[in-house]
Amino acid sequence: MLARVAETLYWMARYMERAENMARLINVNANLILDIPKKTVLGWEPLIDITGTRTNYEEKYNSFEERQVMKYLISDVDSPVSIANSLKWARENARTVRDVIPREAWEQINALNHYAKDQLNVAMSKRGRFSYLNEVILRSQTIVGLLSGTVNRDQGYVFIRLGRNLERADMTSRIIDVRSANLLMEESMELRPFENIQWMSVLKSLTAYQMYRQAMQARIRRADVVKFLFQSQRFPRSILFCVQQMERCVQELPDFENSLRRIHQAKRLIQGAELHAYDQSMLHDFIDHIQIELNNIHEALNDQYFLSGRIYGQEQEQKQAS
Amino acid sequence: MSVSWNEYDPGKFFDELIKPKGKPRKYAKNLAKYLADHSDEELETRKAVAELSIKEMGITFTVYTEEEGSIDRSWPFDILPRMIPKSEWLQIELGLKQRVKALNLFINDIYHDQKIIKDKVFPAELLANSVNFRKECMGVSPPLNIWAHICGSDLVRDSDGTMYVLEDNLRVPSGVSYMLENRSVMKRVFPELFESYNIQPVDDYCSQLFDMLASLSPRPADYPEVVVLTPGIFNSAYFEHSYLAQQMGCELVEGRDLLVQDDDCVYMRTVEGLQRVDVIYRRIDDLFLDPEAFNPDSMLGVPGLLRAWKKGNVALANAPGAGVADDKVVYAFVPEIIKYYLGEEVLLPNVPTYRCMFQDEQDYVLQHLDELVVKPANESGGYGMMIGPMASKKEREKFAQLIKKDPRNYIAQPTLGLSTVPTFVEHGVEPRHVDLRPFILSGDTTSVTMGGLTRVALRKGSLVVNSSQGGGSKDTWIVEEEA
Repeated sequence: MLARVAETLYWMARYMERAENMARLINVNANLILDIPKKTVLGWEPLIDITGTRTNYEEKYNSFEERQVMKYLISDVDSPVSIANSLKWARENARTVRDVIPREAWEQINALNHYAKDQLNVAMSKRGRFSYLNEVILRSQTIVGLLSGTVNRDQGYVFIRLGRNLERADMTSRIIDVRSANLLMEESMELRPFENIQWMSVLKSLTAYQMYRQAMQARIRRADVVKFLFQSQRFPRSILFCVQQMERCVQELPDFENSLRRIHQAKRLIQGAELHAYDQSMLHDFIDHIQIELNNIHEALNDQYFLSGRIYGQEQEQKQAS
Repeated sequence: MSVSWNEYDPGKFFDELIKPKGKPRKYAKNLAKYLADHSDEELETRKAVAELSIKEMGITFTVYTEEEGSIDRSWPFDILPRMIPKSEWLQIELGLKQRVKALNLFINDIYHDQKIIKDKVFPAELLANSVNFRKECMGVSPPLNIWAHICGSDLVRDSDGTMYVLEDNLRVPSGVSYMLENRSVMKRVFPELFESYNIQPVDDYCSQLFDMLASLSPRPADYPEVVVLTPGIFNSAYFEHSYLAQQMGCELVEGRDLLVQDDDCVYMRTVEGLQRVDVIYRRIDDLFLDPEAFNPDSMLGVPGLLRAWKKGNVALANAPGAGVADDKVVYAFVPEIIKYYLGEEVLLPNVPTYRCMFQDEQDYVLQHLDELVVKPANESGGYGMMIGPMASKKEREKFAQLIKKDPRNYIAQPTLGLSTVPTFVEHGVEPRHVDLRPFILSGDTTSVTMGGLTRVALRKGSLVVNSSQGGGSKDTWIVEEEA
């Protein structure tokens, strides 16, 4: 497999996953806002921090009012985190490798991009937003299923899975962060009764509610939810699960030692965490730490397998030789 | 209301489907009846199906604009097919094979002994001035002595019904993927018509292309490594490059994926490391292929590629330098070239062509600028030409100066009355002008596509069929006449 094609498949999968999870992220915040008392509503600002692009946002937008944030997260193609941007790049990457992926998969990715653009009016209305985001999630899931049902289990598929799982782990951590972003809420007695409702909505946004009930056989409790979403060995959107998928994938590739070492580092961090003892601010720092580890995995893959990393490596070798 | 053929009027032009007074040609009867029997709404629905298929299948071409940069546009397609009876097509096919065979002999001669020049059949000064002649290729013998493995020749039909060759594209001819995709769209749009006609299939092109490319491999192996080399996603034909790679099951590579090592072999950078490449179907122009040999600024090419090719370690299709026979002045000599190498009369005629390098022909051209089409020798896509009857006096004077300044660079041809085909327009069906580009593959055997890509000028009265300038395309049906 060409190093450039491997890289493109990996990014195609990452952007697809990012679009889907951005839709989930917006849904979880929308639900939170509806559930908690009106006077304490903190609105949409935390989402900008969760995407890690506050400076970028403030350059172009002047308030954190709902419509503006929605524009930034859904329709603004120039926003690095918007659904429109992710789908555009998913399509562009898919177009570059349309000779490699099944034709139907390309058609679906292409059609999803058209849908997302054509239906923007619906997306920007309060009433249409939920169904729009759901459609994006559903169609993304269709594409994942289509690939899983039609693609040879070769290196190309390994890179698709690596990209998907890395992005999914990262985005799951950000979705959990939506809840912990808001430190005030914990200290306010007034909001205690709503705490569980909020965690329930986090679960639902990850389609994790039923699975949580089945797996944990427990009521909704912060410690259990966090444990489930970080450390479940069974739930496919939990961070540990995603990292373990990558652990398995990478061993199907040649010269995987460096990447595997990075993956094991992230895995130890997740498994070793005493999550029940973390308060919100510790949880937030822990999430930051995980995101750094995930980025290290990306760097290792890039250096070993991707074209940009390879050409750079070759130049370094030549310099040393001369 | 539905299509009423009584009102259909192609005027003085030859129409491919309908004879004067709205009578369909024999092979077009079923189609004409079908269209007359269906309502406008029904046909509109079919058209919408076609457009949606094209959008969802992502059949695109890329255009550049100042404001928006490169954009990926849906392929403009007309749902009414163009038909050619099979008996006529078989004659055309013979003519195309003859032509490409002679052109390959010509190119090989030019890069070796140049007998045709020594025998004074072809003027030496033409070669000296040719922009597509590559001195770097002198003495090289590519596999099977074939240089132009893939040729796309443009055919047009004049008002009297004669089919002419307008030009041969021997560098990197494009369009074949649209020919194949047009067919698959038509099968979705008019499945019932396929039941009432014996339409020759076109689907085997990609496997023929692969077999031809594989036959060029320098290493005897069951599975030679064949790749398609593209300039990248911003090239207007990227869709086609990727389509052909997909259909052949080959890697689609860019220049940066390849490198030539000290052993003068070509390798691609894979996840496992370097892997040897045997055959490159290159869709990059000669001058960008290898910055070491040609344009040193090329970011698209592979340093050392020409060296590897000359050593015989990799096959390139088409071979560098094959374009020497693709220039419009050489075109004017094709009848002589066929006679010289094959001892045969030309089967498929050239459009009568005046060569401005010869004084008597130049005089004729300058006196008849208002009737002729003047073309520069090495432009494609319809750029830099003058259509005499439509040009202003000022424009004609400008071209007269250009011709006198650089006579070798210009040819002139009579304005042809390009044939028409019924085409769906905003209000019903009207005649629009078409051409036809069949593709000829030359390896250990020679094969011609069944039909080719029919391009149509969608603007009323326009003769320009290029997709970059308001052209579209149609499916082309080679049909048994009994149908």
